[in-house]
Amino acid sequence: MKTVVLVKQVPDSGAERRLRDADHTIERESADNLINEMDDYAIEEALRLQEAHGGEVTILTMGPTQAAESIRKALSMGPDQAVHVLDDALAGSCAVATSAVLAAALRTLSPDLVLSGAESTDGRVQAMPHMVAERLGIAALTGARKLTVGGDGTLTVERQTDEGYEVVTAATPAVVSVWDTINEPRYPSFKGIMAAKKKPVSVLSLADLGIDPGEVGTAGATSAVVSHQERPARSAGQKIIDQGDGGVKLVEFLASEKFV
Amino acid sequence: MGGLDLLDIDRLLTDEERDVRAVVAKLVGDEVRPQVAQWYEDGRFPARELAREFGKLGLLGMHLTGYGCAGASAVAYGLACLELEAADSGVRSLVSVQGSLAMYAIWRYGSEEQKRQWLPRMATGEAIGCFGLTEPDHGSDPGSMATRAVPEPGGDWRLTGSKLWITNAPVADVAVVWARVPDGGIAGFLVPAGAPGMAVREIRYKLSLRASSTGEVVLDEVRVPAAARLPEANGLKAPLSCLTEARYGIVWGALGAARDCLAATVDYARTRTQFGRPIGAFQLTQAKLADAALELAKGQLLALHLGRAADAGRLTPVMVSAGKLNNVREAIAIARQCRTILGANGISGEYPVMRHANNLESVLTYEGTSEIHQLVVGQHLTGESAFA
Ligand SMILES: Cc1cc2nc3c(=O)[nH]c(=O)nc-3n(C[C@H](O)[C@H](O)[C@H](O)COP(=O)(O)OP(=O)(O)OC[C@H]3O[C@@H](n4cnc5c(N)ncnc54)[C@H](O)[C@@H]3O)c2cc1C
Ligand SMILES: Cc1cc2nc3c(=O)[nH]c(=O)nc-3n(C[C@H](O)[C@H](O)[C@H](O)COP(=O)(O)OP(=O)(O)OC[C@H]3O[C@@H](n4cnc5c(N)ncnc54)[C@H](O)[C@@H]3O)c2cc1C
Repeated sequence: MKTVVLVKQVPDSGAERRLRDADHTIERESADNLINEMDDYAIEEALRLQEAHGGEVTILTMGPTQAAESIRKALSMGPDQAVHVLDDALAGSCAVATSAVLAAALRTLSPDLVLSGAESTDGRVQAMPHMVAERLGIAALTGARKLTVGGDGTLTVERQTDEGYEVVTAATPAVVSVWDTINEPRYPSFKGIMAAKKKPVSVLSLADLGIDPGEVGTAGATSAVVSHQERPARSAGQKIIDQGDGGVKLVEFLASEKFV
Repeated sequence: MGGLDLLDIDRLLTDEERDVRAVVAKLVGDEVRPQVAQWYEDGRFPARELAREFGKLGLLGMHLTGYGCAGASAVAYGLACLELEAADSGVRSLVSVQGSLAMYAIWRYGSEEQKRQWLPRMATGEAIGCFGLTEPDHGSDPGSMATRAVPEPGGDWRLTGSKLWITNAPVADVAVVWARVPDGGIAGFLVPAGAPGMAVREIRYKLSLRASSTGEVVLDEVRVPAAARLPEANGLKAPLSCLTEARYGIVWGALGAARDCLAATVDYARTRTQFGRPIGAFQLTQAKLADAALELAKGQLLALHLGRAADAGRLTPVMVSAGKLNNVREAIAIARQCRTILGANGISGEYPVMRHANNLESVLTYEGTSEIHQLVVGQHLTGESAFA
């Protein structure tokens, strides 16, 4: 099975993140950039499928030069190779444009399975897997907490919902996005770390993909962020002083917030 | 507020070295840090489970090549030791003894058959090794050891003696035992756990390195086949070369303990208020922190220098002695100084500082005491041996 994992480099969600005042895009240069957390789970799932069924695993990233660092880290977990879509014109791309670029790159790879995170910790659009699947005309099984591949290549997914889960199936090729409930990602091994820098990474430009630079980036954005504001500081909570009725007051508060 | 990397030494590392460091830091953050204070309190720790986790990463014997070992650089190995010891010196000791003492002895002096039998299983952590050189009456002077190996008519060997202060011994599957052979030389033997006549006792009441298993190994006419002898090890220089390997890891490791103390202390100094100010705002506190950060940075430069020399094949035992002497001495000074800044909390297991300080007392003694390393450097400078 040929699997491509969509991997996005994002600013560390544990650290302070800022938007640029000029164009409301994320300040990526100063940020500590990491692999989008959910994508680690997608990589792990791809590697487990490879261990069980063979085939090859390719990482696909669209991102600036420094995204190469995340590609190397992803490869150190075990995938065979990577494709990095890199082009100055991509800066400021909207979700729609990003999906066009990823879909174009995927067409050159013709995978049986595309794995992605269910959401990124910066954009949080949760739409990329659907958009990519739509563009490729293949099924999207999103929000998986479990994925199995049948003998005939049928994919079965337990799709996590607020209430429980749904079981959905599709034939390959398909896109599957995963939540962090699906597995426990491995630590890259030292051998993996040392092998990573020797693995092939092909860098593709928009020209390589036959995409007009005017359709992507800030120039081609289908929507624009017009303003942004920092979240206001948290206001002080409500203090309950126990004067014999503390328990009752606490339950009343919880009930008023619909916790009980 | 800046970081602890005062001199931007990070920049001297390659991406790959930083990746190795990051993955070890993550592993100890997940598997060791949350529990190590309790292990220390209890005086026991899950050596086997940890060894398997470490093995998955490739930490065990990581600087060795072939037989399932990762073949990493000396610098990468050093960084791994530093991150391990930032969690606890005992946990780093598990890895040092496994990789640099037991596995290295087999890798360097063993037969092809011995290497095949033990190294792959030791690299994964399935088998744990220990290294028995020190004896109750022979510590700094192992050349005078009393343990004897006597050949039997059929080619077997009979080992008799006792080894004390042996890290991992209570959990080991194989012991590398050093013994005197009839021609007066020192030879190494691989003794599997449970060999008839071998008894292992765990050392209790340790006040240092409590998250590490230390034992006494008593050999009472233990019979091993001829194939158990390490064929390439002839003389005391064999075990001493293993110690040089492990000592190199300590040059880095000790700084991990120091860094962890300093990190906890800077944090504490910024938040603890006395006389209406954070104690980190007092000049006396800042002087202590500045000196500690400076010694830490100098130690890291020294370690990195030795690592680069090792990777270039230029590292000498004297250089390693100088590194161990300086870095353990400074690490212990940093730990003790940091302890004062934490006040009463400095003696509490809720903070890592006293644990590190106590651990470093063992690190100061094992792998050659500070005095012994002064003598090594002294001999190098003067040409005079002052050991005896
Ligand atoms: C402040 C801010 C404002 C934004 N405003 C807009 C806007 O107005 N309109 C708009 O359309 N978009 C907007 N975006 C979204 C931005 O364009 C998206 O981040 C980007 O297009 C990808 O979507 P996502 O990461 O949110 O996808 P998600 O669907 O949340 O990500 C799911 C998965 O898709 C994959 N993936 C996503 N991006 C990549 C990539 N570059 N390379 C490889 N795999 C990837 C990963 O596997 C990821 O886990 C904004 C983002 C930010 C941070
Ligand atoms: C926790 C722990 C784990 C250990 N693990 C192992 C292990 O796995 N394998 C192993 O073989 N050993 C191990 N050791 C033993 C360790 O290597 C010895 O303790 C060390 O070599 C010192 O020997 P000693 O304790 O007998 O002290 P001694 O040699 O008796 O030294 C006592 C003091 O005298 C000083 N001294 C000795 N000779 C001289 C001299 N010529 N000139 C000046 N001063 C001198 C020493 O520096 C020291 O201060 C471990 C020790 C500890 C504490």
